[in-house]
Amino acid sequence: MALHERKLTATEARLDRLDLPQGGWSAPARADALKRLQAMGLPTARDEYWKFTRPDTLVAPEVPPAGTLENDEGPMFGARDRLKIVFVDGVFNAEASDDLSLEGVTVERLADVASHDIHWARDVYGTLEARGQTPVERPFAALNTAFATDGVLIHVTGTPSKPIGLVYAHESETSDAILHHVVKVDAGCEATILENGPAAARFNKCMEIDVAERGKLHLVRAQGRDHERRAVTHVFARLAEASVFKAFTLTVNGVLTRNEAVVEFTGDDALAHIAGACVGDGDFHHDDTVFVTHDAVGCESRQVFKKVLRNGATGVFQGKILVKQGAQQTDGYQISQALLLDGDSQFLAKPELEIYADDVACSHGSTSGAIDEDSLFYLRARGVPESEATDMLTLAFLAEALEEIDDDTLAEELRVRLEAWLSRRR
Amino acid sequence: MLEIKNLHVKLEEEDKQILKGVDLTVEAGKVHAIMGPNGSGKSTLAYVLSGRGGYEVTEGSATLEGTDLLDLEPEERAAAGLFLAFQYPVEIPGVGNMTFLRTAVNAQRKARGQEELSATDFLKAIRAKAKDLQIDAEMLKRPVNVGFSGGEKKRNEILQMAMLEPRMCILDETDSGLDVDAMKLVSDGVNALRGEGRGFLVITHYQRLLDHIKPDVVHIMADGRMIKSGGPELALEVEQNGYADILAEVA
Repeated sequence: MALHERKLTATEARLDRLDLPQGGWSAPARADALKRLQAMGLPTARDEYWKFTRPDTLVAPEVPPAGTLENDEGPMFGARDRLKIVFVDGVFNAEASDDLSLEGVTVERLADVASHDIHWARDVYGTLEARGQTPVERPFAALNTAFATDGVLIHVTGTPSKPIGLVYAHESETSDAILHHVVKVDAGCEATILENGPAAARFNKCMEIDVAERGKLHLVRAQGRDHERRAVTHVFARLAEASVFKAFTLTVNGVLTRNEAVVEFTGDDALAHIAGACVGDGDFHHDDTVFVTHDAVGCESRQVFKKVLRNGATGVFQGKILVKQGAQQTDGYQISQALLLDGDSQFLAKPELEIYADDVACSHGSTSGAIDEDSLFYLRARGVPESEATDMLTLAFLAEALEEIDDDTLAEELRVRLEAWLSRRR
Repeated sequence: MLEIKNLHVKLEEEDKQILKGVDLTVEAGKVHAIMGPNGSGKSTLAYVLSGRGGYEVTEGSATLEGTDLLDLEPEERAAAGLFLAFQYPVEIPGVGNMTFLRTAVNAQRKARGQEELSATDFLKAIRAKAKDLQIDAEMLKRPVNVGFSGGEKKRNEILQMAMLEPRMCILDETDSGLDVDAMKLVSDGVNALRGEGRGFLVITHYQRLLDHIKPDVVHIMADGRMIKSGGPELALEVEQNGYADILAEVA
C-alpha cells in the first residue's frame, strides 16, 4: 500500500503544476480522465510496463532542460505540398501555419472550439483513450486527456488532395508540451497525416483516431534529432469494418522516447500496420509499446519494428496481440529486431500473444544481433570501405521497416535521413 | 603479378596450421590452376590473399605487382586489383545488386584516384556486360544474390569481375554447383577477360573447368603446400588417376 501511496503523492506533485481546463464539451471527458489518473497514479519503475523504461523524468514536476539542435538538414517533408499546422513548444502558431481550409477535411484548433457546448469530437475525445486503459494502464495518456489545452480536431469527410502536416518546433529549453489530437475518418474517406519535429523539452502527445467503414488513414511521423528531448506519445486507433490504418514512425536521437500504439479492431476485415525504425547513438532510449486487440473477424495486423543501436544506446519493444473470443480468421504478425553496432548497446523485447479464438494465424519474432561478418567481408572484398559497407548493411536492415510505407517518395525521404545520420557517425 | 613466398597461415582461434609454406608466382597474362584434395588449403589461400578475418599469417609474404597484400585491408586489396570470385557468394537482403556494384566500382575508382563513373556510363557498361552473361535486368534489380540459383550466383560473380576489371583474379571453385551450360557461360565470361596482362588463379576440383578455361600452369596442392607443378597434362593425370599417385610420388 505504501508503494501506491508514494505513487499518488508523486502524481499529485505533478498535477499541482497543471490547470484543468474548465467548461465546454470536453469538460466531462477531462474530469473522467483526471479521475482515472488519480486512481492509477503516474508510473514508477516497479510497474510491469515500465520495467525497461524509467518514467521518473516524465513524472517529475520540473522539466529536465533540453537544448535545441541547429537543424542543418532542412525541415523534414519540407519539399512536400501539405496543409501545414505548426506548434511551437506545444502551442499552435497561426503565422507559421497554413490557412486551415482544405477540401475533404475540416481542421480545427482544440483551443478555439473548447468553449463550445457541442462538438463532433466529444464522442471520440478521451473515449478511445479510456478504452485503451484496460487491460494495461496508460497514465500519461489519461493525464494528456485531462490537461491538454492545444491540438487539432481533424474530420476527414472526403479525400483531401494533400497530406495534413503537423510540425512541432522546439525552441524553449524548458518547455513542457501537452497536445491532444482527434482524427475522425468518415466511411470510405482517406487521408494522410505527416508529423515531424522535436516538439518541446518534454512532450506528451496523444492522438485518437476513429476510422469508419472502409476509411483509410496513413500516419507517417519523424521524431526529430534534438538529443535531450523527452517524449511520451500515444496513438489510439479504433477501426471499423474494412478500414485501414497504417502508421510508420522514424526516430533519430532522443534521451527518452516512449511511443505507444493501441489499436482495436471493432469491425470485420480491417487492417492495421504499425511500423517503426529508430537509430540511436549513446545516451538514447527508445521504447515502442504496442497493443493490438482483435475483436472482429478476418482482420490483419502487422507490427514491424527495427532498431539500430550504438555506443550504449537502449531499445525497448513491448508488443502484444490480443485475439478475443470469436475473432476468427485473424492474421496477426509481429517482428521486432535490433542491430547492435557494439557490445555496449542493448535491446529489451517483450513480445506477447494472447489468443482466445481457434482459427487464427499469429506469429511473432524478435532478434538482436551484430552486423553479419560474411556480408561485411563480401562487400569489402569488392572494394567497399568498411564504414561504407557497414552503413549499407545497416540501411538494408532498416529497409524492411521502411517498406511498410506505401508512399515510395516518403519512404525514400526517410531513407535519405537515415543515411545522413549514419554518415555523420563514420 | 602475384608472388607468394613461403606462406605460413594458422587459424586465429585455434592452434591449427593450414598453410605450411606456399610458394607460387602467377605471371601477368597467365592462368594458373590449383587442384588438390579436400582440406589441402586451397580455399584458405584464396581467403588469406583477399583479407578475410580469422587467419593469422605466421611466416612468408604475398605481393601483388610489388605491393605487400598482407598489410592491406580487404577493400585496399580490391582497389590494388585483386578479385576473389567466391565459392559461396553471400546473399545480402536489402542491398540492391546494382547499387552494390556501383558503390563497389566507384569506391575502387576513388581509392585509385580516378573519377567516379556517372550513373549513365555505369548503366551502359553493366547492361552490355550483363547481356553477355545472360543476366537480365530483373536480376540486377534484386537484392545481392537473394533468391539466385547456384548458376545465377556464379554468373553474378563473373559480372562483378567484369565490371571491376581487376589485375589479378582468383576463382574459388567457381565450377561448383554449375551445370554444363552454366559452366560454359561462366568460362566464356572468364575467357573474355583474359589478356590485357591479367593474371588468373583458378581453384578447382575438376579437370572439366580447365577444358573451358585453359591453364598455362597446373599446381597440385596438398597439406598446405604446392607439391607438384606442370602443364595442363597434370590436370588430366589427376582426372584419370586421382591424387594417390602424385601424393605417393612426393612422399
